Amino acid sequence: MKTYYNPDDLKKFGNIAEFQKPLADKFFDYYGETFKEGALTAREKSLIALAVAHAIQCPYCIDAYTVDTMEKGCDEQQMMEAVHVAAAIRSGASLVHGVQMMNKFKELSM
Amino acid sequence: MIKSLKARKSELADVGYELKILSEKTPTGFEADAFASKLRASNLYPLKPTHIDTLQINVGKMCNQTCKHCHVDAGPDRKEIMTQETMQHCLDVIKNHSFATIDLTGGAPEMNPNFRWFVEEIRKIDKRVNIIVRCNLTIIVANPSYNDLPDFFRNNNIEVTSSLPYFTAMRTDSQRGEGVFEKSIRALKMLNEVGYGREGSGLILNLVYNPSGAFLPGSQESLQQEFKKKLKEPYHIVFNQLFTITNLPISRFLDYLLASGNFEGYMEKLITSYNPVAAEGVMCRNTISVGWDGALYDCDFNQMLELKVETPGQHISKWNTEPLTHREIQVNQHCFGCTAGAGSSCGGATA
Repeated sequence: MKTYYNPDDLKKFGNIAEFQKPLADKFFDYYGETFKEGALTAREKSLIALAVAHAIQCPYCIDAYTVDTMEKGCDEQQMMEAVHVAAAIRSGASLVHGVQMMNKFKELSM
Repeated sequence: MIKSLKARKSELADVGYELKILSEKTPTGFEADAFASKLRASNLYPLKPTHIDTLQINVGKMCNQTCKHCHVDAGPDRKEIMTQETMQHCLDVIKNHSFATIDLTGGAPEMNPNFRWFVEEIRKIDKRVNIIVRCNLTIIVANPSYNDLPDFFRNNNIEVTSSLPYFTAMRTDSQRGEGVFEKSIRALKMLNEVGYGREGSGLILNLVYNPSGAFLPGSQESLQQEFKKKLKEPYHIVFNQLFTITNLPISRFLDYLLASGNFEGYMEKLITSYNPVAAEGVMCRNTISVGWDGALYDCDFNQMLELKVETPGQHISKWNTEPLTHREIQVNQHCFGCTAGAGSSCGGATA
Protein backbone atom coordinates (compact mmCIF):
# COMPACT_ATOMS: atom_id res chain seq x y z
CA MET A 1 0.00 0.00 0.00
CA LYS A 2 1.30 3.46 -0.84
CA THR A 3 1.52 5.81 2.13
CA TYR A 4 3.02 9.23 2.70
CA TYR A 5 5.49 7.74 5.18
CA ASN A 6 7.99 5.02 4.26
CA PRO A 7 10.25 3.55 7.02
CA ASP A 8 13.07 3.16 4.48
CA ASP A 9 13.11 6.94 3.97
CA LEU A 10 14.60 7.33 7.45
CA LYS A 11 17.83 5.74 6.20
CA LYS A 12 17.87 8.29 3.37
CA PHE A 13 17.78 11.29 5.69
CA GLY A 14 21.34 12.19 4.67
CA ASN A 15 20.19 12.46 1.06
CA ILE A 16 18.65 15.88 1.73
CA ALA A 17 22.16 17.15 0.95
CA GLU A 18 21.57 16.17 -2.67
CA PHE A 19 19.39 19.25 -3.25
CA GLN A 20 21.14 21.71 -0.93
CA LYS A 21 24.52 20.57 0.41
CA PRO A 22 25.88 23.58 2.35
CA LEU A 23 22.77 23.91 4.50
CA ALA A 24 22.49 20.13 4.99
CA ASP A 25 26.13 20.01 6.10
CA LYS A 26 25.55 22.81 8.57
CA PHE A 27 22.43 21.06 9.87
CA PHE A 28 24.08 17.64 10.34
CA ASP A 29 27.13 19.17 12.02
CA TYR A 30 24.86 21.07 14.37
CA TYR A 31 22.72 17.97 14.95
CA GLY A 32 25.75 15.80 15.78
CA GLU A 33 27.18 18.44 18.09
CA THR A 34 23.86 18.88 19.88
CA PHE A 35 23.59 15.21 20.82
CA LYS A 36 27.13 14.85 22.17
CA GLU A 37 27.79 14.42 25.90
CA GLY A 38 27.66 17.88 27.44
CA ALA A 39 26.10 19.47 30.50
CA LEU A 40 23.39 16.90 29.78
CA THR A 41 24.37 13.29 29.14
CA ALA A 42 23.81 11.77 25.68
CA ARG A 43 21.29 9.51 27.40
CA GLU A 44 19.29 12.44 28.82
CA LYS A 45 19.32 14.14 25.43
CA SER A 46 18.05 10.99 23.78
CA LEU A 47 15.10 10.82 26.21
CA ILE A 48 14.31 14.49 25.55
CA ALA A 49 14.41 13.74 21.80
CA LEU A 50 12.05 10.80 22.32
CA ALA A 51 9.60 13.03 24.17
CA VAL A 52 9.81 15.78 21.53
CA ALA A 53 9.35 13.17 18.79
CA HIS A 54 6.00 12.31 20.37
CA ALA A 55 5.05 15.95 20.87
CA ILE A 56 5.63 16.70 17.19
CA GLN A 57 4.35 13.22 16.24
CA CYS A 58 7.16 12.52 13.80
CA PRO A 59 7.16 8.77 12.98
CA TYR A 60 10.78 8.88 11.75
CA CYS A 61 11.93 10.47 15.00
CA ILE A 62 9.89 8.03 17.11
CA ASP A 63 11.52 5.13 15.26
CA ALA A 64 15.02 6.58 15.56
CA TYR A 65 14.79 7.61 19.22
CA THR A 66 13.12 4.41 20.39
CA VAL A 67 16.17 2.56 19.07
CA ASP A 68 18.56 5.19 20.38
CA THR A 69 17.14 5.24 23.93
CA MET A 70 17.16 1.42 24.00
CA GLU A 71 20.79 1.41 22.90
CA LYS A 72 21.60 3.91 25.61
CA GLY A 73 20.16 1.57 28.24
CA CYS A 74 16.83 3.27 28.95
CA ASP A 75 14.07 0.92 30.02
CA GLU A 76 10.44 0.87 28.96
CA GLN A 77 9.24 2.72 32.08
CA GLN A 78 11.67 5.58 31.53
CA MET A 79 10.72 5.78 27.87
CA MET A 80 6.99 5.85 28.61
CA GLU A 81 7.53 8.47 31.31
CA ALA A 82 9.27 10.61 28.68
CA VAL A 83 6.19 10.22 26.44
CA HIS A 84 3.99 11.25 29.37
CA VAL A 85 6.10 14.37 29.83
CA ALA A 86 5.35 15.25 26.19
CA ALA A 87 1.67 14.44 26.68
CA ALA A 88 1.49 16.43 29.92
CA ILE A 89 3.03 19.51 28.30
CA ARG A 90 0.72 19.20 25.30
CA SER A 91 -2.41 18.80 27.43
CA GLY A 92 -1.19 21.46 29.84
CA ALA A 93 -0.73 23.81 26.92
CA SER A 94 -4.39 23.35 26.01
CA LEU A 95 -5.63 23.55 29.55
CA VAL A 96 -3.67 26.65 30.53
CA HIS A 97 -5.59 28.42 27.75
CA GLY A 98 -8.64 27.61 29.82
CA VAL A 99 -7.61 30.62 31.88
CA GLN A 100 -7.94 32.78 28.76
CA MET A 101 -11.40 31.33 28.20
CA MET A 102 -12.30 32.01 31.83
CA ASN A 103 -11.00 35.58 31.57
CA LYS A 104 -13.14 36.22 28.51
CA PHE A 105 -16.13 34.49 30.07
CA LYS A 106 -15.86 36.64 33.18
CA GLU A 107 -15.36 39.77 31.11
CA LEU A 108 -18.60 39.15 29.25
CA SER A 109 -20.62 37.95 32.19
CA MET A 110 -22.66 40.10 34.58
CA MET B 1 12.68 -23.29 30.72
CA ILE B 2 13.17 -23.37 26.94
CA LYS B 3 15.09 -26.24 25.35
CA SER B 4 18.28 -25.94 23.32
CA LEU B 5 17.98 -25.76 19.53
CA LYS B 6 19.62 -29.18 19.43
CA ALA B 7 17.01 -30.74 21.75
CA ARG B 8 14.25 -29.05 19.74
CA LYS B 9 15.80 -30.55 16.58
CA SER B 10 15.75 -27.06 15.07
CA GLU B 11 17.27 -26.59 11.63
CA LEU B 12 19.47 -23.95 13.22
CA ALA B 13 21.26 -26.62 15.27
CA ASP B 14 22.92 -27.50 11.96
CA VAL B 15 25.85 -25.13 11.36
CA GLY B 16 25.64 -25.66 7.62
CA TYR B 17 22.13 -24.24 7.68
CA GLU B 18 23.25 -21.29 9.84
CA LEU B 19 26.07 -20.43 7.44
CA LYS B 20 23.68 -20.71 4.51
CA ILE B 21 21.33 -18.19 6.11
CA LEU B 22 24.21 -15.83 6.87
CA SER B 23 25.41 -15.85 3.28
CA GLU B 24 22.10 -16.13 1.44
CA LYS B 25 20.00 -13.77 3.50
CA THR B 26 22.40 -10.84 3.35
CA PRO B 27 20.27 -7.68 3.20
CA THR B 28 19.52 -6.26 -0.22
CA GLY B 29 22.31 -4.07 -1.52
CA PHE B 30 25.14 -5.90 0.28
CA GLU B 31 27.40 -8.67 -1.07
CA ALA B 32 27.33 -12.20 0.36
CA ASP B 33 31.00 -11.77 1.35
CA ALA B 34 30.53 -8.20 2.55
CA PHE B 35 32.71 -8.74 5.61
CA ALA B 36 35.74 -9.83 3.62
CA SER B 37 35.19 -6.83 1.30
CA LYS B 38 35.08 -4.42 4.23
CA LEU B 39 38.29 -5.92 5.64
CA ARG B 40 39.92 -5.62 2.24
CA ALA B 41 38.99 -1.93 2.10
CA SER B 42 40.54 -1.52 5.57
CA ASN B 43 43.75 -3.30 4.45
CA LEU B 44 43.04 -6.09 6.92
CA TYR B 45 42.28 -8.95 4.55
CA PRO B 46 43.26 -11.72 5.00
CA LEU B 47 42.82 -11.17 8.71
CA LYS B 48 45.95 -12.23 10.60
CA PRO B 49 46.78 -12.58 14.30
CA THR B 50 48.95 -9.91 15.92
CA HIS B 51 50.19 -12.32 18.63
CA ILE B 52 48.60 -15.00 20.82
CA ASP B 53 48.29 -14.02 24.47
CA THR B 54 44.86 -15.38 25.37
CA LEU B 55 43.67 -18.96 25.52
CA GLN B 56 39.92 -19.20 25.82
CA ILE B 57 38.76 -22.65 26.84
CA ASN B 58 35.15 -23.70 26.52
CA VAL B 59 34.84 -26.53 29.05
CA GLY B 60 31.38 -27.57 27.92
CA LYS B 61 27.93 -26.70 26.69
CA MET B 62 26.19 -27.85 29.87
CA CYS B 63 24.44 -24.99 31.68
CA ASN B 64 21.75 -24.48 34.33
CA GLN B 65 20.17 -21.77 32.16
CA THR B 66 18.90 -21.57 28.59
CA CYS B 67 19.22 -17.89 27.70
CA LYS B 68 17.32 -16.85 24.59
CA HIS B 69 20.35 -15.24 22.97
CA CYS B 70 22.95 -17.95 23.79
CA HIS B 71 25.46 -18.38 20.97
CA VAL B 72 26.60 -21.71 22.44
CA ASP B 73 23.07 -23.18 22.43
CA ALA B 74 23.93 -24.26 25.97
CA GLY B 75 21.48 -25.67 28.49
CA PRO B 76 20.75 -28.46 30.96
CA ASP B 77 20.03 -30.77 28.03
CA ARG B 78 23.54 -30.38 26.57
CA LYS B 79 25.92 -33.11 27.71
CA GLU B 80 29.07 -32.16 25.76
CA ILE B 81 31.76 -31.33 28.34
CA MET B 82 35.55 -31.35 28.30
CA THR B 83 37.23 -34.49 29.65
CA GLN B 84 40.11 -34.43 32.12
CA GLU B 85 42.36 -35.79 29.37
CA THR B 86 41.62 -32.79 27.11
CA MET B 87 42.14 -30.47 30.09
CA GLN B 88 45.55 -32.08 30.56
CA HIS B 89 46.39 -31.24 26.93
CA CYS B 90 45.41 -27.63 27.68
CA LEU B 91 47.65 -27.64 30.77
CA ASP B 92 50.57 -28.91 28.69
CA VAL B 93 50.13 -25.98 26.29
CA ILE B 94 49.77 -23.50 29.16
CA LYS B 95 53.05 -24.83 30.61
CA ASN B 96 54.93 -24.28 27.38
CA HIS B 97 53.46 -21.02 26.10
CA SER B 98 53.42 -17.76 27.97
CA PHE B 99 49.78 -16.59 28.04
CA ALA B 100 48.63 -13.38 29.67
CA THR B 101 45.06 -14.66 30.08
CA ILE B 102 43.33 -18.01 30.41
CA ASP B 103 39.63 -17.44 29.85
CA LEU B 104 37.31 -20.24 31.00
CA THR B 105 33.83 -20.31 29.56
CA GLY B 106 30.94 -22.66 28.83
CA GLY B 107 27.89 -23.32 29.32
CA ALA B 108 28.36 -22.92 33.02
CA PRO B 109 32.04 -23.90 33.36
CA GLU B 110 31.56 -24.72 37.03
CA MET B 111 29.25 -27.63 36.08
CA ASN B 112 32.14 -29.56 34.58
CA PRO B 113 33.07 -32.04 37.38
CA ASN B 114 36.78 -31.37 36.75
CA PHE B 115 36.44 -27.59 36.76
CA ARG B 116 37.98 -26.97 40.19
CA TRP B 117 40.86 -29.37 39.56
CA PHE B 118 41.53 -27.67 36.24
CA VAL B 119 41.59 -24.16 37.75
CA GLU B 120 43.93 -25.25 40.54
CA GLU B 121 46.28 -26.92 38.08
CA ILE B 122 46.43 -23.76 35.93
CA ARG B 123 47.20 -21.71 39.02
CA LYS B 124 49.94 -24.18 40.04
CA ILE B 125 51.61 -23.75 36.63
CA ASP B 126 51.43 -19.97 36.62
CA LYS B 127 50.93 -17.92 39.79
CA ARG B 128 50.41 -14.68 37.88
CA VAL B 129 48.46 -15.54 34.75
CA ASN B 130 45.07 -13.83 34.67
CA ILE B 131 42.44 -16.58 34.94
CA ILE B 132 38.96 -15.43 33.97
CA VAL B 133 35.89 -17.49 34.77
CA ARG B 134 32.76 -16.53 32.85
CA CYS B 135 30.27 -17.23 35.62
CA ASN B 136 26.56 -16.93 34.91
CA LEU B 137 25.97 -16.00 38.60
CA THR B 138 22.90 -18.19 39.14
CA ILE B 139 25.10 -21.30 39.32
CA ILE B 140 26.44 -19.99 42.65
CA VAL B 141 22.97 -20.29 44.21
CA ALA B 142 21.71 -23.22 42.08
CA ASN B 143 22.69 -25.89 44.58
CA PRO B 144 24.46 -25.90 48.00
CA SER B 145 27.51 -27.59 46.47
CA TYR B 146 28.16 -24.42 44.45
CA ASN B 147 27.61 -21.94 47.31
CA ASP B 148 31.33 -21.82 48.13
CA LEU B 149 32.31 -20.79 44.58
CA PRO B 150 33.05 -17.18 45.65
CA ASP B 151 35.62 -18.52 48.16
CA PHE B 152 37.05 -20.88 45.56
CA PHE B 153 37.38 -18.00 43.09
CA ARG B 154 39.06 -15.80 45.72
CA ASN B 155 41.47 -18.54 46.85
CA ASN B 156 42.64 -19.03 43.26
CA ASN B 157 42.74 -15.32 42.46
CA ILE B 158 40.22 -15.68 39.66
CA GLU B 159 38.80 -12.73 37.74
CA VAL B 160 35.04 -13.21 37.61
CA THR B 161 33.16 -11.97 34.55
CA SER B 162 29.41 -12.30 34.74
CA SER B 163 26.50 -11.58 32.45
CA LEU B 164 23.84 -9.25 33.71
CA PRO B 165 21.98 -7.85 30.71
CA TYR B 166 20.09 -5.25 32.70
CA PHE B 167 19.53 -3.83 36.14
CA THR B 168 15.83 -4.70 36.24
CA ALA B 169 14.17 -8.09 36.64
CA MET B 170 11.84 -7.71 33.67
CA ARG B 171 14.49 -7.25 31.01
CA THR B 172 17.00 -9.67 32.57
CA ASP B 173 14.44 -12.44 32.99
CA SER B 174 13.04 -11.97 29.48
CA GLN B 175 16.47 -12.89 28.11
CA ARG B 176 17.89 -15.27 30.71
CA GLY B 177 14.82 -16.94 32.21
CA GLU B 178 12.28 -16.49 34.99
CA GLY B 179 13.83 -15.59 38.36
CA VAL B 180 17.36 -15.13 36.99
CA PHE B 181 17.62 -11.49 38.06
CA GLU B 182 16.79 -12.20 41.71
CA LYS B 183 19.24 -15.11 41.83
CA SER B 184 21.93 -13.04 40.11
CA ILE B 185 21.53 -10.28 42.71
CA ARG B 186 21.92 -12.85 45.50
CA ALA B 187 25.04 -14.27 43.85
CA LEU B 188 26.54 -10.80 43.30
CA LYS B 189 26.05 -10.05 47.01
CA MET B 190 27.89 -13.27 47.88
CA LEU B 191 30.77 -12.28 45.58
CA ASN B 192 30.87 -8.80 47.15
CA GLU B 193 30.90 -10.36 50.62
CA VAL B 194 34.18 -12.19 49.97
CA GLY B 195 35.67 -8.99 48.52
CA TYR B 196 34.90 -9.18 44.78
CA GLY B 197 34.40 -5.78 43.18
CA ARG B 198 35.49 -3.99 46.36
CA GLU B 199 38.11 -1.29 46.14
CA GLY B 200 41.53 -2.40 47.35
CA SER B 201 40.66 -6.12 47.45
CA GLY B 202 42.41 -6.89 44.17
CA LEU B 203 39.50 -9.21 43.38
CA ILE B 204 38.00 -8.25 40.03
CA LEU B 205 34.31 -8.63 39.28
CA ASN B 206 33.28 -7.45 35.83
CA LEU B 207 29.78 -7.50 34.41
CA VAL B 208 28.73 -8.10 30.83
CA TYR B 209 25.87 -6.17 29.26
CA ASN B 210 24.37 -7.39 26.04
CA PRO B 211 21.23 -5.90 24.53
CA SER B 212 18.04 -7.83 25.22
CA GLY B 213 16.79 -7.53 21.66
CA ALA B 214 17.66 -6.59 18.11
CA PHE B 215 19.63 -3.45 18.84
CA LEU B 216 23.26 -2.50 19.46
CA PRO B 217 24.80 -1.66 22.80
CA GLY B 218 25.31 2.04 23.53
CA SER B 219 28.38 3.66 25.04
CA GLN B 220 30.15 1.29 27.42
CA GLU B 221 31.16 4.12 29.72
CA SER B 222 27.65 5.57 30.04
CA LEU B 223 26.07 2.16 30.56
CA GLN B 224 28.69 1.38 33.21
CA GLN B 225 27.79 4.57 35.08
CA GLU B 226 24.11 3.70 34.91
CA PHE B 227 24.67 0.10 36.06
CA LYS B 228 26.87 1.26 38.96
CA LYS B 229 24.19 3.68 40.10
CA LYS B 230 21.27 1.25 39.75
CA LEU B 231 23.05 -1.68 41.43
CA LYS B 232 24.40 0.44 44.30
CA GLU B 233 20.90 1.59 45.14
CA PRO B 234 18.86 -0.36 46.15
CA TYR B 235 21.02 -3.51 46.09
CA HIS B 236 24.34 -2.20 47.56
CA ILE B 237 26.20 -4.15 44.87
CA VAL B 238 29.60 -3.00 43.58
CA PHE B 239 31.62 -4.20 40.60
CA ASN B 240 34.68 -3.14 38.62
CA GLN B 241 33.93 -2.73 34.93
CA LEU B 242 30.99 -3.21 32.62
CA PHE B 243 31.72 -4.78 29.24
CA THR B 244 29.26 -4.17 26.43
CA ILE B 245 28.95 -7.08 24.03
CA THR B 246 27.02 -7.11 20.76
CA ASN B 247 24.86 -10.17 20.10
CA LEU B 248 26.19 -12.05 17.09
CA PRO B 249 23.64 -13.36 14.58
CA ILE B 250 24.25 -17.05 15.23
CA SER B 251 22.60 -19.91 17.13
CA ARG B 252 19.74 -18.95 19.48
CA PHE B 253 20.07 -15.21 18.79
CA LEU B 254 19.79 -15.98 15.08
CA ASP B 255 16.71 -18.07 15.90
CA TYR B 256 15.23 -15.06 17.71
CA LEU B 257 16.10 -12.69 14.83
CA LEU B 258 14.47 -14.93 12.25
CA ALA B 259 11.37 -15.69 14.34
CA SER B 260 10.81 -12.01 15.20
CA GLY B 261 11.37 -10.76 11.64
CA ASN B 262 14.39 -8.72 12.75
CA PHE B 263 17.14 -10.58 10.86
CA GLU B 264 17.48 -8.34 7.84
CA GLY B 265 17.20 -5.08 9.78
CA TYR B 266 19.74 -6.27 12.36
CA MET B 267 22.24 -7.40 9.71
CA GLU B 268 21.87 -4.10 7.91
CA LYS B 269 22.52 -2.25 11.14
CA LEU B 270 25.65 -4.35 11.81
CA ILE B 271 26.97 -3.86 8.29
CA THR B 272 26.32 -0.12 8.09
CA SER B 273 27.90 0.32 11.55
CA TYR B 274 31.18 -1.33 10.44
CA ASN B 275 34.06 0.45 12.15
CA PRO B 276 37.58 -0.13 10.77
CA VAL B 277 39.15 0.75 14.13
CA ALA B 278 37.06 -1.97 15.79
CA ALA B 279 38.07 -4.36 12.99
CA GLU B 280 41.72 -3.76 13.76
CA GLY B 281 41.16 -4.65 17.41
CA VAL B 282 39.04 -7.81 17.04
CA MET B 283 39.75 -10.40 19.72
CA CYS B 284 40.48 -13.26 17.29
CA ARG B 285 43.78 -11.53 16.52
CA ASN B 286 45.23 -12.39 19.95
CA THR B 287 43.11 -15.36 21.06
CA ILE B 288 42.82 -19.06 20.41
CA SER B 289 39.57 -20.70 21.40
CA VAL B 290 39.49 -24.34 22.49
CA GLY B 291 36.30 -26.38 22.15
CA TRP B 292 35.02 -28.92 24.68
CA ASP B 293 36.56 -31.69 22.56
CA GLY B 294 39.93 -29.94 22.24
CA ALA B 295 39.43 -28.59 18.71
CA LEU B 296 40.98 -25.15 18.02
CA TYR B 297 39.12 -22.13 16.67
CA ASP B 298 39.73 -18.43 16.01
CA CYS B 299 37.07 -17.43 18.56
CA ASP B 300 34.13 -18.77 20.55
CA PHE B 301 31.74 -17.77 17.74
CA ASN B 302 33.68 -19.60 15.03
CA GLN B 303 33.74 -22.52 17.46
CA MET B 304 29.95 -22.61 17.54
CA LEU B 305 29.90 -22.49 13.72
CA GLU B 306 32.49 -25.30 13.69
CA LEU B 307 34.92 -23.18 11.66
CA LYS B 308 38.25 -24.58 12.89
CA VAL B 309 41.60 -22.77 12.66
CA GLU B 310 43.15 -23.06 9.23
CA THR B 311 46.36 -24.75 10.39
CA PRO B 312 47.44 -28.39 10.39
CA GLY B 313 46.40 -30.32 13.50
CA GLN B 314 43.46 -28.19 14.61
CA HIS B 315 43.58 -29.78 18.07
CA ILE B 316 45.02 -28.70 21.42
CA SER B 317 47.08 -31.91 21.58
CA LYS B 318 48.82 -30.79 18.38
CA TRP B 319 49.42 -27.17 19.41
CA ASN B 320 52.06 -25.40 17.36
CA THR B 321 52.48 -21.68 18.03
CA GLU B 322 54.24 -20.83 14.79
CA PRO B 323 51.54 -21.76 12.24
CA LEU B 324 48.82 -20.54 14.62
CA THR B 325 50.44 -17.09 14.77
CA HIS B 326 50.64 -16.88 11.00
CA ARG B 327 47.29 -18.41 10.10
CA GLU B 328 44.47 -16.73 8.21
CA ILE B 329 41.52 -16.10 10.51
CA GLN B 330 38.25 -17.44 9.10
CA VAL B 331 35.67 -14.73 8.62
CA ASN B 332 32.02 -14.66 7.62
CA GLN B 333 29.04 -12.32 7.86
CA HIS B 334 28.58 -12.97 11.61
CA CYS B 335 31.92 -11.17 12.17
CA PHE B 336 30.11 -7.85 11.61
CA GLY B 337 28.91 -8.32 15.21
CA CYS B 338 32.45 -7.66 16.48
CA THR B 339 33.13 -4.63 14.27
CA ALA B 340 29.89 -2.65 14.61
CA GLY B 341 29.97 0.73 16.33
CA ALA B 342 32.36 0.74 19.26
CA GLY B 343 33.27 -2.89 18.52
CA SER B 344 32.67 -5.95 20.64
CA SER B 345 34.76 -8.67 22.24
CA CYS B 346 34.72 -10.87 25.32
CA GLY B 347 36.41 -7.90 27.01
CA GLY B 348 33.79 -5.42 25.82
CA ALA B 349 34.11 -2.51 23.38
CA THR B 350 37.28 -2.39 21.28
CA ALA B 351 37.20 1.04 19.63
